Amino acid sequence: MKDLLVAALMVAGGVFMLIAAIGVLRMPDLYIRMHAASKTGTVGVIGLILALAIHSGDLGVITRVLLISAFFLLTAPIGAHMIGRAAYRSGVPLWRKSVRDEWRERSDKVSSVSMPKSQN
Amino acid sequence: MMPDSSTLIGAAADMVTLLLVVAMILAFIRVVRGPSLPDRVIALDLISTVAVGLIAIYSISTGQLVYLPAAIMLALIAFLGTVALALYIEKGGPP
Repeated sequence: MKDLLVAALMVAGGVFMLIAAIGVLRMPDLYIRMHAASKTGTVGVIGLILALAIHSGDLGVITRVLLISAFFLLTAPIGAHMIGRAAYRSGVPLWRKSVRDEWRERSDKVSSVSMPKSQN
Repeated sequence: MMPDSSTLIGAAADMVTLLLVVAMILAFIRVVRGPSLPDRVIALDLISTVAVGLIAIYSISTGQLVYLPAAIMLALIAFLGTVALALYIEKGGPP
């Protein structure tokens, strides 16, 4: 029973990681690729290391696995947000079929907010 | 541990290792092709995440737990590298 749970978590984590990599390779735009890399990759690696924790059953391993899980849950959104903001401000173009650009709409509406320099 | 259940875990570990290696190759293709620098940064971040998963799979299949602190350090250094490259891109990027 425990081994079945471990195997199911491992296979689910591996499939999520593969989906994340396919998304990073196939999605049309930097800002869409970021979603695949950050969210799906985080779910995949947390599934894999939870499988390790259940398989070992050792308290030290479980503590370290919870530490790694909390660390990924904290740092993946921060890293993705920083990369996205830096890419937008350095002028990486959106996909041509994108329908909303809320940063540009906001900075057009509020003229006091200086538009980030792009294409520098 | 019963032998048949351990072969279940062994078979799952082999399959998941294959999946993770394929995922790493796909992310590396994005590193090579990526039109801009943030694409490459994101793909490298995904590669380090896949490496943490590979360490977990190796620990499950062999019972060696000595690589788990390496997984913690790999996650930490990947985050630091992503933040450093984001600040570098925001300051102007490559000339």
